[in-house]
Amino acid sequence: MEQLKTVPITFYIRRFDPETDEEPQVRPYLLQVEKGMTVLDCLHRIKEEQDQSLAFRFSCRMGVCGSCAMLINGRPMLACNSQTLDLTDSVLTVAALPNFNIIRDLVPDLVPMFDVHQRVKPYIIRKDALEMETPSSEYFQSPHQLEEFLQFTYCIKCGVCMAACPTMATDRQYPGPMPLTQIYRYNTDSRDDGGGERKDLAAKSRGVFGCHYAGECSNACPKGVDPARAIQLLKRDLVRDYLNLGKAHPCAKTHPLPSDVERKPRIEAPPFTAGV
Amino acid sequence: MTKQFDNHLGIIGWLGGGRWGIERYLYIIHRVAGLGVLLFFMMHIFESSVRVFGPDRWNAAMNFLDSPFFKLGEFVVYCGFAFHALNGLRLILIELGFAVGKAEEPVYPYRSSIDVQRPLMIVVMVMAAVVILAGGMNIFVLD
Ligand code: SF4
Ligand code: FES
Repeated sequence: MEQLKTVPITFYIRRFDPETDEEPQVRPYLLQVEKGMTVLDCLHRIKEEQDQSLAFRFSCRMGVCGSCAMLINGRPMLACNSQTLDLTDSVLTVAALPNFNIIRDLVPDLVPMFDVHQRVKPYIIRKDALEMETPSSEYFQSPHQLEEFLQFTYCIKCGVCMAACPTMATDRQYPGPMPLTQIYRYNTDSRDDGGGERKDLAAKSRGVFGCHYAGECSNACPKGVDPARAIQLLKRDLVRDYLNLGKAHPCAKTHPLPSDVERKPRIEAPPFTAGV
Repeated sequence: MTKQFDNHLGIIGWLGGGRWGIERYLYIIHRVAGLGVLLFFMMHIFESSVRVFGPDRWNAAMNFLDSPFFKLGEFVVYCGFAFHALNGLRLILIELGFAVGKAEEPVYPYRSSIDVQRPLMIVVMVMAAVVILAGGMNIFVLD
């Protein structure tokens, strides 16, 4: 079998051990990298062969879970989605995602981001609570209505946009690109009626207008979500709302099933499911 | 809770740049130019207030300011003002939802709103360059 060509790459990894270090320190690791190895593969190899104390977070290894975001050669990106030899042929710097606290080595504390995400109520809110609890039929939504927010549903909550955002760097009150994008995503969903409940967070003085369109969130997002677009469209909607210029979009109505179609039986949630 | 390291970039996050897109640099220049013009306004009010101390003080201040250094300073302030005003118009248009396009299915290689607004950004930057050149002519050549 043909031997794969390897390239020696020096990884400068910013390490931080909360028990011994006051601040992070950069340590070099030399690794023979083969074509096809992602940065995450390289970190695994370093951990297996050189330093078992290296800490990093990962799960799916395929750009789906959003666990492995880190600062690679000065840019935030997913380690499992980045081919090492596409990024460098000699040295690579790896550090924890900025604009979050570091728990250890390459592991950022994403809890503040998830807290804000929870506060934006990222779920469908409607006035017909009874229909939501015991649905009698589907809510009507046209393909066009779906397209208006579908792009923003691809977010995997990786935090890359939060690390790329210069406003996040200085303003800890700013909700950040990911939660603001989710406000727009749910406000625009024709089935949702909860825009009023999300308005405080979006329209406050350190809210969506803290964005001055550096655009780096959209350049960095690994899923093509384009938070900068969602944020500008959210500003537009808030201005229209303030000036009473917006067209009122009535919340989607239920769409009775055709008489010859039967609903699938309700799938019972397992007893341990949260909230059941 | 165990100790964590605060990794917020702070002001370095604005100024540090790095390998970022051009709009990120415009964001930085916009903020710095805005603060610069604000600083100039405060200095300008201070300078004008010298008038209350009589014509001698006022003439002395004017003589002091009549130097090539302050002329250059005047041009720098003018550049900051022209850039901030024109880039501000671009930002207002964008923040009202113009020039960022509609939500679209993300298909790799992704095309974002940054690409959609780029022609507007180029037109605005060319306008800023023309206005700055015209002002420079006025300050350094015609004056
Ligand atoms: S918007 Fe993109 S970069 Fe931001 S959290 Fe979602 S997937 Fe990650
Ligand atoms: S490990 Fe899941 S996104 Fe990288």
